Amino acid sequence: MVFLEQVLAILWKDIRYELRSKQMWMGMGLFALLVLVIFNFAFDLRVDNKSAVAPGALWIAFVFASLLGLGRTIAAEHEKGAMDRLLLCPVNRKAIYLAKLLGNMLFIGVVELVALPVFVALFNVSLNAGTLVLIVMLGTIGVAAIGTLFSAMAAATRARELLLPILIFPLIVPVVIGAVRATSDLIVPLANEPPWLGLIAAFDVIFLSVSMLTFQYVIEE
Amino acid sequence: MNGFSLEVQGLKKSFGFKPILRGVNLNVGAGERVALLGANGAGKTTLLRILAALSSPTSGTVCLNGLDIERDAQQIRRLVGFVAHTPYLYDELTARENLLFFGKMYSVGDAKERTRQLLQRVGLEKRANERVHTLSRGQVQRLALARALLHSPQLLLLDEPDTGLDQEGNELLADILSEHVMQGGAVLFTTHQLERALALSDTVLILSGGRIVSRQATNGLALDTIHQQYHEVLQ
Repeated sequence: MVFLEQVLAILWKDIRYELRSKQMWMGMGLFALLVLVIFNFAFDLRVDNKSAVAPGALWIAFVFASLLGLGRTIAAEHEKGAMDRLLLCPVNRKAIYLAKLLGNMLFIGVVELVALPVFVALFNVSLNAGTLVLIVMLGTIGVAAIGTLFSAMAAATRARELLLPILIFPLIVPVVIGAVRATSDLIVPLANEPPWLGLIAAFDVIFLSVSMLTFQYVIEE
Repeated sequence: MNGFSLEVQGLKKSFGFKPILRGVNLNVGAGERVALLGANGAGKTTLLRILAALSSPTSGTVCLNGLDIERDAQQIRRLVGFVAHTPYLYDELTARENLLFFGKMYSVGDAKERTRQLLQRVGLEKRANERVHTLSRGQVQRLALARALLHSPQLLLLDEPDTGLDQEGNELLADILSEHVMQGGAVLFTTHQLERALALSDTVLILSGGRIVSRQATNGLALDTIHQQYHEVLQ
């Protein structure tokens, strides 16, 4: 019970903090929209190549926008007193991770909610909204799970903006590939496709488990 | 708070190959106010961070009420209140929201009432609903003190607690420290102001070369004497 209360307290604090500072959502949202618009103009989108380009554009926008946000949530904690503010308290470190993960998922989710209709309109694709939301949710969990862990690791360094993508990109490749292929399959269904959603879900479970177990060692000295 | 004890034995701390603490031995009992003096870089902050369970010792033991700092860090965190150089507050939250948040982190019962009491105690009740970034440095320091007292800790660790405090704030600090030790708690604080160290403490320690090189009771100790000792040690 105390664990849950602490998770919710940290999450609520982060949401309130972000609503007041407005540092992250605006930047992430604008970035995602700009990527979609640029991709829309940069590629010659015809019916035959739409399924190849559109999902890639969507997930590049999501992943890059996520990185902006992931860098901020823990970096904000490091400003003026570092993570010590939380580490000083007798809080289960898993509660800190879970709260930061939920916060990151929420921030990324809001950006995705704004970007998805723009994606559908710009790329003129018709797809099953329910399945797309499921793909986006699973992909977001994977990116946020590993991103929260590594943003905590990178936040303690001076070159965090450079280090974060270098650490995260190689690890989220399976999730991004799965998400792009699953989205592509949604636009133009192909026969004999592997179960991409299952692959993403499996990586989500691995990333969540590993991150929960190792977060304490990453944030404590 | 009866039976409180802090025992530090052979505490060493290195950052990479650079030793900061080279074998600190220290005992603090209930009702003691201890001032820790030392030059910049002597390791005062490092020592306080280890005692607050924010940093691990390289070797040596730290026991608080018989609890080992490495094995029982979470329990020790409940017993310690720490005011660091930085106030450990959230700028975009109000003074009240900060205390309520930390109240939840420490599982303080009736956090609302405790928050109200502490805001009143540190003279910030009228600014309770203002965000921390709008407060002056001295007011932030008062709020940091309230945060450290929130969970009624047994040991108060204060790293240059007078930073930014005006005359009234310094009197408030002295009163709070006296009340804390009268209730059976203990205080360990660092300062560069020798006069303040004498006024606020029962014992003065000098940390130099990573070791405690002097321990003096302040009762009857003249300011000139401590000045002389301090400068001799620094040389």
